[in-house]
Amino acid sequence: MFIPLRRPGLAAAAAGALLTATACAGAGGGGGAERTVTIATVANPQMQDIEELAGKFSEQHPDIDVQFVTLPENQLRDRVTQDIATQGGQYDIVTVGTYEAPIWAENGWLVSLEEYAGQGDYDVDDLVPAVREALSYDGELYAAPFYGESSFMMYRTDLFDEAGLEMPPQPTWKDIAGFAEELHAPDDDVAGICMRGLPGWGELLAPLNTVILTHGGQWYDEDWNAHLDSPETQEAVELYVDLLRDYGQQGAPNDGFTECLTTMAQGNAAMFYDATVAAGLLEDPESSNVTGQIGYAPAPVAETDHAGWLWAWSMAVPSTSSDPDAAWEFISWATSKEYISLVGEELGWERVPPGSRMSTYSKPEYQSAAEKFASATLEAIENVDVHQPGLHPQPWTGVQYVAIPEFQDLGTKVSQEISAAIAGQQSVEKALEKSQRYAESTAESGGYRD
Amino acid sequence: MTAQSSKAPVRRPDAGALTRAQRWGRRAPLLPALLFVIALTQVPFLFTVYYSTQGRNLLRPDSGEFVGLANYAKVLAEPHFRNAVANTVVLTVSAVALSMLLGIALAVLLDQRFAGRAVVRTMLITPFLVMPAAAALLWKTSMYHPVFGLVNWALSPFGISADWVSQYPLLSIIAVLTWQWTPFMMLIVLAGLQSQSPEVLEAARVDGAGSWATFRRVTFPHLRRFIELGILLGTIYVVQTFDAIFMITQGGPGQASTNLPYFIYLQAFRAFDVGEAAAAGVIVVAATIAIAMFALRVISNLFEEES
Repeated sequence: MFIPLRRPGLAAAAAGALLTATACAGAGGGGGAERTVTIATVANPQMQDIEELAGKFSEQHPDIDVQFVTLPENQLRDRVTQDIATQGGQYDIVTVGTYEAPIWAENGWLVSLEEYAGQGDYDVDDLVPAVREALSYDGELYAAPFYGESSFMMYRTDLFDEAGLEMPPQPTWKDIAGFAEELHAPDDDVAGICMRGLPGWGELLAPLNTVILTHGGQWYDEDWNAHLDSPETQEAVELYVDLLRDYGQQGAPNDGFTECLTTMAQGNAAMFYDATVAAGLLEDPESSNVTGQIGYAPAPVAETDHAGWLWAWSMAVPSTSSDPDAAWEFISWATSKEYISLVGEELGWERVPPGSRMSTYSKPEYQSAAEKFASATLEAIENVDVHQPGLHPQPWTGVQYVAIPEFQDLGTKVSQEISAAIAGQQSVEKALEKSQRYAESTAESGGYRD
Repeated sequence: MTAQSSKAPVRRPDAGALTRAQRWGRRAPLLPALLFVIALTQVPFLFTVYYSTQGRNLLRPDSGEFVGLANYAKVLAEPHFRNAVANTVVLTVSAVALSMLLGIALAVLLDQRFAGRAVVRTMLITPFLVMPAAAALLWKTSMYHPVFGLVNWALSPFGISADWVSQYPLLSIIAVLTWQWTPFMMLIVLAGLQSQSPEVLEAARVDGAGSWATFRRVTFPHLRRFIELGILLGTIYVVQTFDAIFMITQGGPGQASTNLPYFIYLQAFRAFDVGEAAAAGVIVVAATIAIAMFALRVISNLFEEES
């Protein structure tokens, strides 16, 4: 899940996971393993599946002992960044996203996987091209995707039918605003649309950035001049903020991915614009009241043809790893076609990690288990242009973030200002004025502009 | 006794009975412990001070030059920092004052005898036993939620409905902190109430004082030092509030509820700016020490009075 600043509550709930950094696998008995691979991973369902299945890896590699350190997303990022930046060398494999991979590669923190991936039957060409590109730096692959995601619009087909509305094959934000107005029914506790308003570069800014990009707005141009106060950006942010204020869920400034998912799953929203990974959860009767009533449409656009974001949880080898070969052994197993089949057979096909390999989508078992959202997910991912997602060229690779180290800070500050606008504490214009200043000073202090 | 007095003829009044060597002989076994404590408490702080003079950003491997006091200047000039100081003061003062007032009221009630007192007391203490993170989550979802929150439900007969966390972020946090700290204050004040001597109270009654006059003239002066202690300890802890902010508002909307600990957290783990985070930390430590000095003085007064 792409929720770097995920709902804090989950972080707390998962804090237990922090304590149960599980020592798994390895118990191949006999002689005992000579090589140890420590993997820092994120406490997401698909990652927990891999711990469960790691026994299979140990059977094939009795000489390698795999240790899992499972952390909630925020803590993972904090700890891994500290460990790598200070050359701590605690981990042989770290779980990173498309944001970190190129930046860390540039810093020399990661081992290039290009050579490894070309060998054997790993089939690097089967990786979803947009994901592979996002995880590369200077044409070399630095992280292997475990699962990938984009964003799309999820909507209640029953409510649309009732109101006599029809979702076009490619909705625009104008369409969406119209639908939201029509379907907004606060007296029935149904919001027209649910979107993230919680501050955080990985929360509010992820969906909002796709809106900015498709309206022709941008954070920086090619010379690192900030454009957060441009009319296009302003139009996009105003649309997002107004939509939430007029027809959004109540309490929007405090809702992130998890809260929105709950709102949608409980039937309290007519539309939900967020990560494709949400689909699997909305279709699961155990966590959702609205299974079978959800339709999927591409991310709404304005000026561009496509507007989804791109994220992939991926495994990389830090340059401090004492045994990169053993680390690759594990990565190549965990991100292989065989692993995907293994999950399908052992745990069920709807739990297969999506969006990493093309071959997943041609498997008949997966097609039937995830028929409602599989092709929508793949299309959304494939349509992403990570080099120029908006109308203007940008000097970095990536969609819903600016791929510079300072963005975590800059994005957090900007998202706080916009969240305040959603809360009605300041105007969008004021929020963007301040954001523009933060962006300008970041470009200067980061040395991107003289 | 007699032998000793003949050998040690005169007791020097100023230096006690021990020679220099004897004094060291007594101290020596304690020294390792002392060194350990110094190392444990001071070394991390010294490192923080060292880092606060470095222009170091973890995300930039080439950074890390000595910048003198520039980080301090940057932090102090930063409007977000000053905003965080202001929020911290507002949060701390209001939460401590409110929980103390409520604590006194509850303690006075609990000091009476009534059926089921033990049960009531246990229930009143419970909020203090809930983990701060869990409490914050509970408040965010089941109390403040604009759709299914209990606060709006309880207030709906009066026509009041609000999105509390977005519209009144500081007030929402203060309410949670007050809820959590009232039991603590109540316990301290209750201890004070129950340590009153019954003779004095009886004497007051015999002298014809009403209950309010007794409370104001006898009980309250007796309670004063307990109240001071409660305020002191409460302040030291409430200044460090992090869980509630992190869980409920993430410091927002905007900067409306960012306090000092959350500010430092953002500097350290969003910006990964070790230098500035360390500088902010040192400033906060200095300020806290100032408060603690004042606080300790109050406590030591307390102890003197006691003895």
